[in-house]
Amino acid sequence: MIITRPRDWDRIKANLSDIAAKRVFVMGCGQCATVAHTGGEKEVLETAERLRAEGYEVTGWAVGEVTCHLNGTKLESRKHRSEIDDADAVLVLACGAGVQTTADAIAKPVFPGLESLFLGTVIRNGIFEERCQTCGDCVLDKTAGICPVTTCPKGLLNGPCGGMWNGMCEVLTDRECTHVRIQRRLAEQGRTRNSTLEPKDFSTALKPGGVNIRQQGGGR
Amino acid sequence: MSRLRELLESGEFVVTGEVAPPRGTDLADMHASVDLLAPHCHALNVTDNQGASLHLSSLAASRAILERGIEPIFQQTCRDRNRLALQSDLLAAWSLGLENVLVVTGDDPRAGDHPHAKGVFDLDSTQLASIALGMNEGRDMMGRDLKGGTDFYIGAAMFPEAEPWDVQLARIEQKVAAGVRFFQTQAIFDMDKLQRAVDAVRPLGVKVIAGVLVIRSPRVVDFVNRNLAGLMVPDHVADRIRSAPDPAEEAVRLAAEQVRDIREIADGVHVMPLGLDTEVGRILDGSG
Ligand code: SF4
Ligand code: SF4
Repeated sequence: MIITRPRDWDRIKANLSDIAAKRVFVMGCGQCATVAHTGGEKEVLETAERLRAEGYEVTGWAVGEVTCHLNGTKLESRKHRSEIDDADAVLVLACGAGVQTTADAIAKPVFPGLESLFLGTVIRNGIFEERCQTCGDCVLDKTAGICPVTTCPKGLLNGPCGGMWNGMCEVLTDRECTHVRIQRRLAEQGRTRNSTLEPKDFSTALKPGGVNIRQQGGGR
Repeated sequence: MSRLRELLESGEFVVTGEVAPPRGTDLADMHASVDLLAPHCHALNVTDNQGASLHLSSLAASRAILERGIEPIFQQTCRDRNRLALQSDLLAAWSLGLENVLVVTGDDPRAGDHPHAKGVFDLDSTQLASIALGMNEGRDMMGRDLKGGTDFYIGAAMFPEAEPWDVQLARIEQKVAAGVRFFQTQAIFDMDKLQRAVDAVRPLGVKVIAGVLVIRSPRVVDFVNRNLAGLMVPDHVADRIRSAPDPAEEAVRLAAEQVRDIREIADGVHVMPLGLDTEVGRILDGSG
């Protein structure tokens, strides 16, 4: 899922005051931001409360089912049409894709309420770790399901680098070196890493990505 | 053919030293250091933005050293350049008469003096070695013919003391398969572990040059432990330096002992004098 954290409150207020917004509609997201405890119903209500305490009028709020889904967000905004019409600005507690989708769906100034951090795993409730850079050329087949592109601070496909010490990472010294983990898991599975991984194809990671499975029958 | 290669392949015990290009354009200090080391060394490593800190490029400094009459070992780190820049610098190096290249991954930018830099790491050192090997065979990494190739003697780093050893060994084997012909080790303190590494690579037909760091003061002990990635001065060494009446003299004696041991084990020694350049002669002849 996409991991987010609350945006600095002063930056949110500065955005609102830039357009002299007094009335705000708050939009959350029922997926990632709910799991991240940054944009679910609870956080949307807290944010609304905080806005009111600071003298803003909150015209209404919603938590989109999947805020990054354009049709779903259009539908959700129709349900709240008059509340949104009354607002000067929409504050979105979702990832950057959710914010942009909302901006496509609603003809009002839209501001981010969160910072989008990374694509990660929920280790435990409230503990998240980055796991994937969406590089489009996945090597997990070769690396026992551990992504070196993301979890090695240097993004090395073949390792360890010279800084590895007693199995620990040179850069994040409280963590095991990704390549030590990879080799151990391969060994546990009775597999060996026989070949050096080739340099990555970074053309698959060039932005912006786009997929149209109706035209292409899948793929990029 | 590179003299380093000639010597190593003929079984001679080689001595290499290390110089850092200046943080600027004034080569005077580097040349002074070269002049001190040159009489004792067969070749000199020229570091590439070492410690992720800004220096004059290894390319320019290597050429300057060559002109001063000693063979450089041009270093290339993967941290600062993408595959186009690395290849173009390899071609540049060969065209400037640099015959030895040592490929290294490089420290994380956060360790250096430009902590906000983007670490490139488009390639890792193994992949870079294999590209240099390809250039030796006349083609770029895309397989296209070069108009004039290279004939580099390709080296890489090795860390005999790092555990787990099987992971290290797998890495070393990868590098050999990628075209690496000689290794330089991290500063080595445990000679049994050096022996283990040399025994492991002997059958692969590659050479090992063992690193010796001259630790001239308790401050340097702390510096190494804090700042040099993947390196720890063992307690018995640290204690010896800390309790010595003349730490610099003790450091020379210690390094000389290490060199004597290394002569029995490895194919060469790489001396990193850390400011004690004037003592390299004594360290090497074992009279420290
Ligand atoms: S290799 Fe690429 S796609 Fe696969 S997990 Fe890592 S970053 Fe994601
Ligand atoms: S120690 Fe391992 S995980 Fe850390 S930077 Fe080096 S190779 Fe990557």
